[in-house]
Amino acid sequence: MTETFEKVEDIEIRLLLDALYHRYHYDFRNYAMASIRRRLRQAREQLGFQTISALQESALHDPDLLPVLLRYLTVQVSEMFRDPSYFQAIRDKVIPHLRTYPSLKVWIAGCSSGEELYSFVILFREEGLEERTIFYATDINPEALAQAESGIYDLERVRLFTENHRRAGGKTSLSDYYHSGYNRCVFDKSLRRQVVFSDHSLVTDQVFGEMQFVSCRNVMIYFDRDLQDRAIGLFKDALPRNGFLGLGAKETLRFSAHADAFRDFVREEKIYQRAGT
Amino acid sequence: MMETAGGAVIIGASAGALEALSVILPKLASDFPRPILVIVHVPPDKRSVLASIFDAKCRLRAVEAEDKEPIEAGVIYFAPPDYHLLIEDTKTIALSDEDQVLFSRPSIDVAFESAAEVWGKSLIGIILTGANHDGAQGLKAVAAAGGTVIVQDPDGAYAGAMPQAALAACPQALVLPVDIIASYLQGIAA
Ligand SMILES: C[S@@+](CC[C@H](N)C(=O)[O-])C[C@H]1O[C@@H](n2cnc3c(N)ncnc32)[C@H](O)[C@@H]1O
Repeated sequence: MTETFEKVEDIEIRLLLDALYHRYHYDFRNYAMASIRRRLRQAREQLGFQTISALQESALHDPDLLPVLLRYLTVQVSEMFRDPSYFQAIRDKVIPHLRTYPSLKVWIAGCSSGEELYSFVILFREEGLEERTIFYATDINPEALAQAESGIYDLERVRLFTENHRRAGGKTSLSDYYHSGYNRCVFDKSLRRQVVFSDHSLVTDQVFGEMQFVSCRNVMIYFDRDLQDRAIGLFKDALPRNGFLGLGAKETLRFSAHADAFRDFVREEKIYQRAGT
Repeated sequence: MMETAGGAVIIGASAGALEALSVILPKLASDFPRPILVIVHVPPDKRSVLASIFDAKCRLRAVEAEDKEPIEAGVIYFAPPDYHLLIEDTKTIALSDEDQVLFSRPSIDVAFESAAEVWGKSLIGIILTGANHDGAQGLKAVAAAGGTVIVQDPDGAYAGAMPQAALAACPQALVLPVDIIASYLQGIAA
């Protein structure tokens, strides 16, 4: 009995994802099902719908529900200098290579509310590379992008950010880059001088230029394997030979169709380098 | 690659996990016919050493689970620190950094619920020692899907709260001391 019910729910989920694609062009159809299922169940419960089908009907007819659903469908968890050893490795091992380029492009794909982006900008400023770099910060969630552009975070998170920055080998004080008040901290406008924010989906959009570094962390865990291959294919196309790709701490290219196009650069930090031509 | 049609074993543990798992996992023979998923609460900022400890102690291979990794029989998969572990219908690992559940990431509830969905009746869910309530809802989901549910006897446990909470949610669970859990599982291989 329950088994039949579960299957019905899976059908409903597929129909809802189809509806979102046809109506709003948001394509979650090839996302990792286990966690989509969990979060859509939460959405159904918390938004007070009896079934996923009822949720689907509202989603089709009420565009105001879209941003709400996006909050469930896209996981917005991030922190500055998350996994400090990743940034330390970039500082020690990748930056020396990047120094040899007269101009640089860095793509933060799936930048969420901007924590990863600001970590890069601050790191590049500390290393004297900010001026010659353009940072592309992209995501599909407009609310997250807007927050990234505002650079405003809860003050209570700053202690963690500061500690991470220090552990990432920070050469300055994080407090140089923000001012605080009303339980908020606001990161300096100057950090955005070299940044282009843009709505871009790794599922439905194309590459937009040649990059020396692509950082795409904790985004592809939400994709199924085919979709991961598509995204990694984009990174492969965006990176010239010896360009760098950084993934999340527990992500790997091992199961990707494009694994051969990359070689380990800093193995334990999931930093890869584009091989071949 | 070995078949996983024979189902899977999923174990959740918190405070006292290392000792309890040290009684169970090294007992398992090298031809153990199912995958074993282990969810232990570990501090988020530490590299977990659990997989390497048990890889050295066990006859089975122990690894820290990676995203999209196919799940094979006879391998012990540890959930990595700071990620939830879920299982896809294709029997591959899916990691997630969704919010903590009951202050935990990895969450035992999240992993158990997802495993129950995939393996149903052929899943064995085991809750061991721990000082919180994580795992109770997950074990209930395993039972609801028709799986076998086992709880470490709270009396002999290093921390009894987690087994007690699991029993309250899932009164039909088998209550066993750790060494009997070890022989129960070993019995599956025979
Ligand atoms: C868990 S956050 C990771 C944030 C950051 N990269 C980090 O590691 O801290 C995942 C982000 O991926 C974004 N995302 C999901 N699907 C996407 C897609 N198809 N294209 C681009 N970004 C996507 C989500 O909106 C969310 O901001």
